[in-house]
Amino acid sequence: MSEATPAIEVHALSKRYGDFEAVRGIDISVRRGEVFGLLGPNGAGKTTTVEILEGYRARSGGEVSVLGQDPEKRSRALRRRIGIVLQSGGIYGHITPREALRHWAGFYPKPRDVEEVLALAGLQEKADVRSRRLSGGQLRRLDFALALVGDPELIFLDEPTTGFDPEARRSAWETVRKLRDLGKTILLTTHYLDEAQELADRVAIVKDGRILAIGPPRELGVGASHYRIAYRDRDGRFVERQTDDPTALLAELTAAALARGEKLEELSVGRPTLEDVYLELTADADAAPAAAKRAAVGEAGDG
Amino acid sequence: MADALTGDGPVALGWRQYRLERRMFWRNPSAAFFNFLLPLLFLGGGGAILAGNQHELNRLIPAIAAMSVMSTTFTALAYNVVFLRERGVLKRIRGTPLPTGSYFGGVAANAVTNTALQIAIVVLAGKLIFGIGWPRDWAELIVFVLVGVVCLTALGVAFAHAIPNFESTAAYVNAVFLPVVFISFYVFDSAGAPGFLRQIAEALPLKPLIDGLYGAIVTGSGLGDHLDALAVIALWGVFGLFFAVRGFSWEQSRT
Repeated sequence: MSEATPAIEVHALSKRYGDFEAVRGIDISVRRGEVFGLLGPNGAGKTTTVEILEGYRARSGGEVSVLGQDPEKRSRALRRRIGIVLQSGGIYGHITPREALRHWAGFYPKPRDVEEVLALAGLQEKADVRSRRLSGGQLRRLDFALALVGDPELIFLDEPTTGFDPEARRSAWETVRKLRDLGKTILLTTHYLDEAQELADRVAIVKDGRILAIGPPRELGVGASHYRIAYRDRDGRFVERQTDDPTALLAELTAAALARGEKLEELSVGRPTLEDVYLELTADADAAPAAAKRAAVGEAGDG
Repeated sequence: MADALTGDGPVALGWRQYRLERRMFWRNPSAAFFNFLLPLLFLGGGGAILAGNQHELNRLIPAIAAMSVMSTTFTALAYNVVFLRERGVLKRIRGTPLPTGSYFGGVAANAVTNTALQIAIVVLAGKLIFGIGWPRDWAELIVFVLVGVVCLTALGVAFAHAIPNFESTAAYVNAVFLPVVFISFYVFDSAGAPGFLRQIAEALPLKPLIDGLYGAIVTGSGLGDHLDALAVIALWGVFGLFFAVRGFSWEQSRT
């Protein structure tokens, strides 16, 4: 577990399918023990990128190193050290979670204890139920458990909560946090902003096969977008203003209200969210490159 | 030898995969039915209809045996590969350290076990119920069953590449299985079959397999008498192996 070398290093990665360029020059470096998020709309190239790192696809160009190895060579040694949660990976309908975990554990030289993994994934009560009788959320927990049973250093999670109800998402997030606490390196793709914000130490925002911005979610939010100040005016209308300088705007608004002898009902100040950044960066307007530049300021020297 | 079956060596992992496949097979009632009971129902039904006609019974047993080989390998593999591919099980397995050879070794051994069980049942039924005695030529029986298994397993995997989704698997498989069985049975049983049908049947792998098994179980005419039949099956096997490997996809077809 040398801390010095990154878990994943990607330089100028590209992938084309015929005339279509799915990935157009991506650079990322994921540190050991980090939760790194690839955030972007569907078709942005997230899954293609992850599947190249997992060894499912050959790249068209660039350099890739996963735990010091080239995943394209598909060495057994590398696959023993990684765990993969696919976007949609199935399982035999007539197998139970306990049996599946026992079987999968046999693939690895030093597997985790099956009962412990069942507990970690929250599957103890369903351990002996056939997978065809499990709910979508329970099957997803089984996906996590199967990716985990070999005690991998690095875990790939491709859209781990797509299609989940809020409760199932919370429980999946809880599992990801437990994995992080175990010291695992995690590469996660998602098109949910709140998911990236909740889970990732750093996020790369991807669109059309390129990285638009990269950095910790909080910094991306501060760098790229505006504070929102909202209140209800004297006619009861809801007003929202955006600003780069909330102190000045608040002083102005409150001074004006006090001068009129009124209150600013339901006054709130909102920090810029990842959603603001995301919308700004992924808008097809000319504004996007400028925003990307601003967002990247906090992340100089990465890659 | 016992050591090879523990730990995470390729042989041990193949053995574990084989045991898992066996367990999953018996837990899936429809697979167990189509791969296993159907030929036995044909045997029972045909046997009841032809009871007392020893000449016809002698022809029924090898035909059912050959059909069993096809259903436990070609049909079963086409179903399994499409199901596992479309459900994403193959892709998941591909991401683990399980060696490809161990995985397919386990899967193929599962199919071979079903074939062996079926042939044993058919041969026993022939001896105990239908009065055709023990097979005359065990070596020929084993050779034809083995070559037939390799050929039809490969063809089943290759054919799976042509099936776009699991819902249409039954249609695709039956569109091949049923005509091949009917033509082969008809040509084998009826000397008056039209010439073009006979040529088609002789060029397909099932009719030569029936001929070989008929020689092995009933006449004992010897392997040397059926080398041309063996050659046809082997050619199909080479064709099947080539396309089984070449077009193999671990992933769901994109729709």
